[in-house]
Amino acid sequence: MEFFLERTDSLAVLAEQELITSVSPALGMGAGIRVFRGERDGFVSTNDLSDRGLARALEQALAMLGLELGSRAVASPFEGLPALRDHARGKDSWLARCPGLADTTGKLLEGNGLVARHGRHLQARRASYARSWQEVLVVASDGTHARDIRLHQTVGLSLIAADGDHRASLSRRFGTTDNPDDLRHWDCDTAARDLGSSAEAMLYADYVEAGQLPVVLANRFGGVIFHEACGHLLETTQVERGTTPFAEKVGELIAHAAVTAIDEGLTGGAFGSLAMDDEGMEPQRSVLIENGVLRRFLSDRAGELRTGHARTGSGRRQSHAFAAASRMRNTYIAPGPHSPEELIGSIEHGLYCKTMGGGSVGPTGQFNFSVEEGYRIENGRLAGPVKGATLIGEAREVMPRISMCANDLDLAAGFCGSVSGSIYVTVGQPHIKVDSITVGGR
Amino acid sequence: MGDALDARVLQDQLAALAAAAGIHRWDLGAACSSDSSVQVDRGEAKQLKAAQRSAVTVRVWNRDDRIGITSTSDLSEAGLARALEGAHAASAFGNPEETPAFSPLAKAPLPALVQPRHEPIGILPLLATLRDAEADLLGRHPAIGTVPYNGLAERSSERLYLNSEGACRQQSLTTASLYLYARAEETGRKPRSSGAVRLAYGAADLDVAGCVAEAADRTIAHLDYAPIPTGHYTCVFSPEAFLDLIGAFSSLFNARSVLDGISLSTRESLGASLAVPFLSIADNGLHPANIGAASFDGEGTPTAPLTLLEGGILRNFLHSEATARAFGTLPTGHAGMGAKVSVSPDWFAIGATPGSSGGAQGLHRFAASPAGRDRPSGGGGEGLVVIDSLSALHAGVKASQGSFSLPFDGWWIRNGEQRSIEAATVAGDIRTVLQSLLGFEGEAKITPSGLCPWVWVEELAVTGEA
Repeated sequence: MEFFLERTDSLAVLAEQELITSVSPALGMGAGIRVFRGERDGFVSTNDLSDRGLARALEQALAMLGLELGSRAVASPFEGLPALRDHARGKDSWLARCPGLADTTGKLLEGNGLVARHGRHLQARRASYARSWQEVLVVASDGTHARDIRLHQTVGLSLIAADGDHRASLSRRFGTTDNPDDLRHWDCDTAARDLGSSAEAMLYADYVEAGQLPVVLANRFGGVIFHEACGHLLETTQVERGTTPFAEKVGELIAHAAVTAIDEGLTGGAFGSLAMDDEGMEPQRSVLIENGVLRRFLSDRAGELRTGHARTGSGRRQSHAFAAASRMRNTYIAPGPHSPEELIGSIEHGLYCKTMGGGSVGPTGQFNFSVEEGYRIENGRLAGPVKGATLIGEAREVMPRISMCANDLDLAAGFCGSVSGSIYVTVGQPHIKVDSITVGGR
Repeated sequence: MGDALDARVLQDQLAALAAAAGIHRWDLGAACSSDSSVQVDRGEAKQLKAAQRSAVTVRVWNRDDRIGITSTSDLSEAGLARALEGAHAASAFGNPEETPAFSPLAKAPLPALVQPRHEPIGILPLLATLRDAEADLLGRHPAIGTVPYNGLAERSSERLYLNSEGACRQQSLTTASLYLYARAEETGRKPRSSGAVRLAYGAADLDVAGCVAEAADRTIAHLDYAPIPTGHYTCVFSPEAFLDLIGAFSSLFNARSVLDGISLSTRESLGASLAVPFLSIADNGLHPANIGAASFDGEGTPTAPLTLLEGGILRNFLHSEATARAFGTLPTGHAGMGAKVSVSPDWFAIGATPGSSGGAQGLHRFAASPAGRDRPSGGGGEGLVVIDSLSALHAGVKASQGSFSLPFDGWWIRNGEQRSIEAATVAGDIRTVLQSLLGFEGEAKITPSGLCPWVWVEELAVTGEA
């Protein structure tokens, strides 16, 4: 039996052009109660933290499994909770140390002003900030008794540029965890300059040539390819569902020997880092693929119970309203020996993906993601910008085609939506080369 | 059932708290719900879930008439007091150039909706129903090995809107939903997946057999697949796929997006031709098939049908109070609630404009050629591409640019024969699509997100793996 209690304090602020157009604070609290009986589980969530509300939720969770309070199956001897593992120590001041509304709105207006300075043909400019503060307590019948405070902050810039029939929309988003001063130190000038430069290139870009092409994906958010193409398929939730082709492949070659992939929750300040997962377990560094060989799956409490894969501190959920599930944290392909120029130089005719949009993976393992900013590769050099590309593929086919990894690993903050809601993650990689992939376009 | 919202208590509490804080103008949106749901895996209960949720959003106007907002899940008096305090603090940063006001229709009569309420059947009967449905689906074809995405849920919910001028809206509702997505795999072949969804006002009213049959048919139909050469094809969108595409570009009809400069439409677009002269698109949240229709929006404005496109001409935008004021019209019942109020569509009804030709007649994807046209359409040449469902709309649609590039499941029809497409994307520009409709095939179909017939579109770019 597991209890997850949380208290949240969130803030979202939006600036458009020279105005603050939305300030939206939100306060929340709730509990999630999960009861296991064999491999089955019942889960009840509620906002009602009164004694009556919690008792009702507990009774409901037990009844789902044919149990009731006081029954023999439930009546394990309770000897009191073990000592609290308090990961929140030293974090109580974080919320108060976050920038106030005056600082926040001022920084966003500064960002929007810099976008105006560095951009051309601008039709709309937005700067946005979101802060999520969460205090959680996890108590479980296996002796888990742990508390944590988490702080996630994101800030982003976006623009729409238009010139006649030419239009471009681009954005940049940054995120950190556990750093109250993050917004104050945000280098919005560099971000605005980068955004303006990309917009200028993409405004007059041609549509991409469709077909099967070799592709180089840039570092940072290029890591979405591993996240979508393979990472989700290495979560035990996919093993339970029978939707991963890798379920029986531990110890086998599933990717090119150039690929080593890692998932961890430890990198300081990274968006997917955590002091404990949402089941109270401290995170680990999990080598998923080593030189192309599948080493392990990401597992949570239910995953361990149902598939036998040991927990990895990957039980995560958006809030008390979701049961935890095995989810990625900071996931990236390890750096290789090459320079990015070597990867591009190895391609006669192909596509360079500088920044990515979102992506997804379906129940058959077929994944997709969009390219926000792309360039043609001709004779080993970058050529003109192209837009409208979507990359699709199937994990078993694409992983062996990641044939070169550069030496410039970098990470990027993102959000991942799946069975246990939307969570904070990091994707990452060095520049990588995919020998051939389907590039959808016109 | 969850605890019901007591409008009178909330009104009295907030009025007293506001008066004590010197706040004279406020409004409130609240919702609570109680849900039960089950998932199964090859005959075993996988997860049984229940949830009680409650949420309140409070908006206040300060002395400078700027607005502030705060949301909370704590409906106690202390929780409301904190929310009111937070909203008042936020109001200091309200937008001085555009302050939402109360909707002039917040006290207008509400439409009468026929929404029968059902008592919940309970989690164990839900489980038994879903187990039977899964077993039925697994038995439809030897290749169907699992139903990895499935769920049966029932929900009881209540929402209300109150304001300091005495507006009081309240609606309670019960709904149920069933989804079944099967995965099929034949030896040496790639796995294929498809599914179906059903909604009703109660679990006992769900068309379970229809959902199983549709999920099975759609999954089995994709087993025999082949790659398609990259090229330009006449495409036939299923009702669900075309509704998804229009929904992804609904900023065309959204006054908020127009004012923000992120829509392809402008103020001057009203009265302009956006599409072929036989296309009509309406938003009709009150359609009887719209299970769970809301009788009022986030500002208390009654839900009402609205013609968006008629004869290809843009006739109206979707409005909140603030956007309607900016356009000199009335709100349309499509607002959310916020410091900056969002606007969104309810339920699209798409079809031929009454009195128009309706485009090419007699379109049938297996016929040699549509009557009155002498171009190939399934009978020869490169054939037709039928788009059954679109994926990744969140990533592959650039609404402010008009472009899309989307993975899809579908079929390639040549010489009267249909074959599932292995993996492909379809790409184009929504403005070109709307001007390139050839016509409609069959009667409009009711789906969870709207009403639409099969839609034929000329010459879209399809990227395949052949």
